[in-house]
Amino acid sequence: MSETTEEHPDLESVPLDAPQFEVAARNVKRTEYITFASFILALIAFAAFGAAYTQNASTGIFGLTIGLGLFFFGFGLVSWGKYLMPQGPFSEPRPLMETTEKEKELLKADFTSRGKVAIKRRSFLVKAMAAAGGIFGIVAAFPLIRSLGPLPKNSLMTTKWRKGSYLTTIYGDKVKPSDMEVGGILTVFPEDDLGSAISQTILLRVKESGNIVTMAGREDWAPDGFIAFSKVCTHAGCPVGLYEHLEQLLVCPCHQSMFNVKDGAMPVFGPAPRPLPQLPIYIDSDGYFRARAGYDEPIGPGFWTRGGTA
Amino acid sequence: MDEGRNGMIDAIYNWIDNRLALSKSGRHLLNKIFPDHWSFMIGEIALYSFIVLLISGIFLTLYFVPSEAIVTYHGAYKPLDGMRVSEAYASTINLTFAVRGGLFMRQLHHWAANIFVGSIVVHMLRVFFTGAFRRPREANWMIGATLLILAIFNGFLGYSIPDDLVSGTGIRIAFSILESIPFVGTNLAFFLFGGNYPGTDIIPRFFILHVLILPLIILGLLAGHLGMLVKHKHAQFKGRGARNDNVVGSPLWPNYAAKAGGFFFLTTGVTAILAALVQINPIWQYGPYVPYKVSYAVQPDWYMGWLDGALRVMPAWEIHLPGHMVPNVFFPGILLPGVTFTLIYLWPFIEAKFITHDYSEHHLLDQPRDNPLRTSIGAAVFAFYFVLFGASATDVLANYLQVSLNVVLWVFRISCIVIPIIVFPVAYKICLELQKTPDAGKRKRHVIIVRDPEGAYHSVESAEYVGYVAPELNPVDIEEVDLQPEIDALNTPKETPQDGIYQVPR
Repeated sequence: MSETTEEHPDLESVPLDAPQFEVAARNVKRTEYITFASFILALIAFAAFGAAYTQNASTGIFGLTIGLGLFFFGFGLVSWGKYLMPQGPFSEPRPLMETTEKEKELLKADFTSRGKVAIKRRSFLVKAMAAAGGIFGIVAAFPLIRSLGPLPKNSLMTTKWRKGSYLTTIYGDKVKPSDMEVGGILTVFPEDDLGSAISQTILLRVKESGNIVTMAGREDWAPDGFIAFSKVCTHAGCPVGLYEHLEQLLVCPCHQSMFNVKDGAMPVFGPAPRPLPQLPIYIDSDGYFRARAGYDEPIGPGFWTRGGTA
Repeated sequence: MDEGRNGMIDAIYNWIDNRLALSKSGRHLLNKIFPDHWSFMIGEIALYSFIVLLISGIFLTLYFVPSEAIVTYHGAYKPLDGMRVSEAYASTINLTFAVRGGLFMRQLHHWAANIFVGSIVVHMLRVFFTGAFRRPREANWMIGATLLILAIFNGFLGYSIPDDLVSGTGIRIAFSILESIPFVGTNLAFFLFGGNYPGTDIIPRFFILHVLILPLIILGLLAGHLGMLVKHKHAQFKGRGARNDNVVGSPLWPNYAAKAGGFFFLTTGVTAILAALVQINPIWQYGPYVPYKVSYAVQPDWYMGWLDGALRVMPAWEIHLPGHMVPNVFFPGILLPGVTFTLIYLWPFIEAKFITHDYSEHHLLDQPRDNPLRTSIGAAVFAFYFVLFGASATDVLANYLQVSLNVVLWVFRISCIVIPIIVFPVAYKICLELQKTPDAGKRKRHVIIVRDPEGAYHSVESAEYVGYVAPELNPVDIEEVDLQPEIDALNTPKETPQDGIYQVPR
């Protein structure tokens, strides 16, 4: 079909011996060789891909053969198109987007004159249709949006920690003081919410013995050098998984907020705006850690309906 | 033989032609002129990598199971043997190691996604700095901006669905950002996730958004984007006889069929070579997502970097109201991208109203120096986002440079304000200097020193384009096919008394 193109009637005005129809290559022979070599290389690479596939070769061989095949195939086409085809330039007219006043008026006349016939003395039809359509738009939103999930209600405000909840590991084992060395950290859960994204709590052994008092009113919240905080970062909700024992800092690896353990996990660096909530714990008569109560504030990052208390 | 085959082809062509009138529109298409400039290829890269995404994505959907049901993994990857993981994670590991070519296709898909978003951004910068968004292309600029948003969203969704440790943490951050939105945030987050975080719906929901809903919207907008491009015809740089009312370049047939077709294979080939040699997102090393575990020194895919950086440099501020609050992440996570894209959408109108006062139709592109104010505003804004992008690596930089994290963070907090302020006047000055430099941007001529018989030295400028002198050709017009008489003939009212319906001439 290619020869018919050059006899294309629209190009009749351009003589085929015009300089625009010369090819762009400086050295036509060399360009032909390069293009030919590209296609041959592509052929070899595609064949190699076939072989690599049947032999279940490694990802590198697999991808390299087909990648090089595609690359050389494309290289051949581009060098053909760029250097062995009419160098141009050619031009075509471009009608501007602006329409004339007459065209605008004709459309307007068509629209309004025929439209007037349609709605003449029938404006109540327009209103009824609009009302029905509007109601449809509103009711259609219910199944589309409301059915997607439950309302938040109170679920963001509380965790599964209750008065008397045991601090247990992910395996459900109750934790006792002799389980951890000074400087150690352990992720704990209430026994009925193992692995929870919400209730996850980090238990730290900060010192050998003695209560840790982070602020007034929390005198008996952290017995025997142990202290527990919500593990959910108050910035964007990542697990606060790093503990620098020398500085007694909890660090969130996502955006590097740092919380000072001694101060009740007050944020000292980075974007976190609020301290990690502290879980009040005690050691029961059997020697196991238990919660004195649940968290006294919502854990994790802020949300619109959280309320203003810091 | 030859004649018989041609006869056959002719017959098939005629059959189709007589039903679709291809010969009429086909002639327009073959003669369509594409202006020649390398910067027009960037949008093509985006288009071609989208095609790679569709093809490799279809392959991946055949093996991926979008489910959060917990299974015990027993498969080809031994280090994970016996671990309890989600079906989504297990099937991704399975398609990586047990399906022939699976790892290659997964890496191809991920690389193509990065290239897709990257080429959209660079294409957008080209369009911005050359003023290609001006009338009549404002709407197409806005479609392009929408495509960028959708590409970023879909990239994030695709990155999330393997349910590995790194992407799972990203989903947690996304939930926190959603619930931070004033008035609707808490409900919105619950509706999207089907309840409180983490729930069990998010992988299937992200999956259907990722493979069906967003790709369909992208395809539709892409069709609109290209349709408008055909309607307006390409904008072009000045020179070679280019005017506002013509297009100068090479025709679709045969030049651009070969060049653009070949460029598709080049793009695909380079993406495939990357996928073969450069590892990306090795989720078997990250492990499955567990809500109480987290990884260190993790960065998201590059196009989320500016948001991650913004989350890091944001000071620890929150707004507390009676009964409500505006959380910290709202400002970098919602407000910043909201303002960013609003400004992008409105820029063509802002510029016309406040800077150029020019509402006329433009098909000739600016050089960036032609409009110093636009260029320097664009450069300063780009510098701001580039600093934010760098800020997403604060922890890695602190570790690499052995500097305190505190110092690195403060450097970025200050830089994201100071650097744009420096960039603005520098870019402005460079534009003015370039305007005054004759032949700026053209290749320099060699200066030849000659010694005359008397022994004096003279410097002589060489001819332009040393070695090869290209003939300066004027464009040759290709005639427009005039379809108007045929359209008029069709529109002429015909009387058809047989069936009693009359079309009355106006």
